[in-house]
Amino acid sequence: MASPNTTGSMRVQRGLAEMLKGGVIMDVVTPGQAKIAEDAGAVAVMALERVPADIRRDGGVARMSDPEMIEGIKAAVSIPVMAKARIGHFVEAQVLEALGVDFIDESEVLTPADEAHHIDKLKFTVPFVCGATNLGEALRRISEGAALIRSKGEAGTGNIVEAVRHLRSIIGDIRKITQADSAELFDWAKKLNAPLPLVQEIAETGWLQVPLFCAGGIATPADAALAMQLGAESVFVGSGIFKSDDPAPRAKAIVEATTHFRDAHIIAKVSRKLGAPMTGISMDEINQRYAERGW
Amino acid sequence: MTVGTRIGVLALQGAFAAHRAVLDRIGAQSSEVRTPDDLDDVDALVLPGGESTTMSMLLESSLLFEPVGKRIADGMPVLGTCAGMILLAREVTDGRDDQRSFAALDIGVQRNAYGRQVDSFETELSIRGSDAPFHAVFIRAPRIVRTGDDVEVLAEHAGTPVLVRSMSVMAASFHPELTDDDRIHRLFIEQVRTTR
Repeated sequence: MASPNTTGSMRVQRGLAEMLKGGVIMDVVTPGQAKIAEDAGAVAVMALERVPADIRRDGGVARMSDPEMIEGIKAAVSIPVMAKARIGHFVEAQVLEALGVDFIDESEVLTPADEAHHIDKLKFTVPFVCGATNLGEALRRISEGAALIRSKGEAGTGNIVEAVRHLRSIIGDIRKITQADSAELFDWAKKLNAPLPLVQEIAETGWLQVPLFCAGGIATPADAALAMQLGAESVFVGSGIFKSDDPAPRAKAIVEATTHFRDAHIIAKVSRKLGAPMTGISMDEINQRYAERGW
Repeated sequence: MTVGTRIGVLALQGAFAAHRAVLDRIGAQSSEVRTPDDLDDVDALVLPGGESTTMSMLLESSLLFEPVGKRIADGMPVLGTCAGMILLAREVTDGRDDQRSFAALDIGVQRNAYGRQVDSFETELSIRGSDAPFHAVFIRAPRIVRTGDDVEVLAEHAGTPVLVRSMSVMAASFHPELTDDDRIHRLFIEQVRTTR
């Protein structure tokens, strides 16, 4: 049958997010690290110049990665390759789309380029993932065309506390909305500063329009399983793997713990002999909260 | 549906929840398979889309590779979509060297042959024996590059087979779990019923 092919539709964009469920997406800065991630069972890699822990340490303006480096990582692995654009920097996003990356993360880890506007993601063929700290933020990003939402957590800290807060807030509010009556949904939309039709849809389906993943602070297999048990559908691990003593076995252990997230015996088994996790920092030691970037 | 028939959905990674939602909708009982014990409870198995390299690794580490292979060889009906089709194919090109498949279906597939995500697409297909077109979603899809003599082609796209069947093994390079059309899942359930 001669029927035209449609690319870039919301269904096709959300479809890839669906395929990444139950998996681990790993931050990598070199083709070598990308290979280690793929060998360990990552479902995708996030190509970036510096992991968040280094961005935090070095300071300065953090931007989209060098296209050459993204090409190198694309050539090194067969799994999807994601890359980060600055919040509101739609030209960085255009460049990443032209490079053929599979997903763009409009990320608070990079220095924001626009103080009022996120990227109009509906204009793109490539799908976007965006961070959120609460349900209102998640729904605003979905209305702009995000095909996937992740908790922001606090990147580069190796501390799961912020991601837990964000997941609990998002999922807790979803739960409450499913209990609300139709009149209360107007108030919810106002309170969340989110489009009413999206709030009504959540009341009906009981879940977000797109998958919800966890990011920001995962350092151990138990952290990944915690995020999954709280209701995240996959995990992003940034600094937690390549800032640890022995990245390869830790990466594989986090993959196994994400799959078997309800089985404490398996999590116990894979958590042995991994060497030291990244040291991490507590929230009162940091001076810049990336989660506050974006609105 | 035969009373007590249960469809397992391999839930190591990927679109397992979407498959279960379709099975739910058509009144089929289903459960998630992550361990050999889970496998013992099911009469048929769906291998969902996702990353075939990840699933291949997790099949090994979860001690599922041998038991699933044996059940398929013993005639357990199985439906593989996208990555699931790769796991069923006899030959896989552009895979990883250590990537394993059950070789249960006499086809050759090439991974990601339809391109990267920006090339992923949706389109209409006609399925053999069915009048209405089927809306099919292809995500970084594998291409069937060879079909054996015993393999029945149920749908093609641009001259390439995209839905195939041989005995109790069925596979699609697209994602029937991502649309509201449940004909392919119903076809699979029929197969499960006749096998039992």
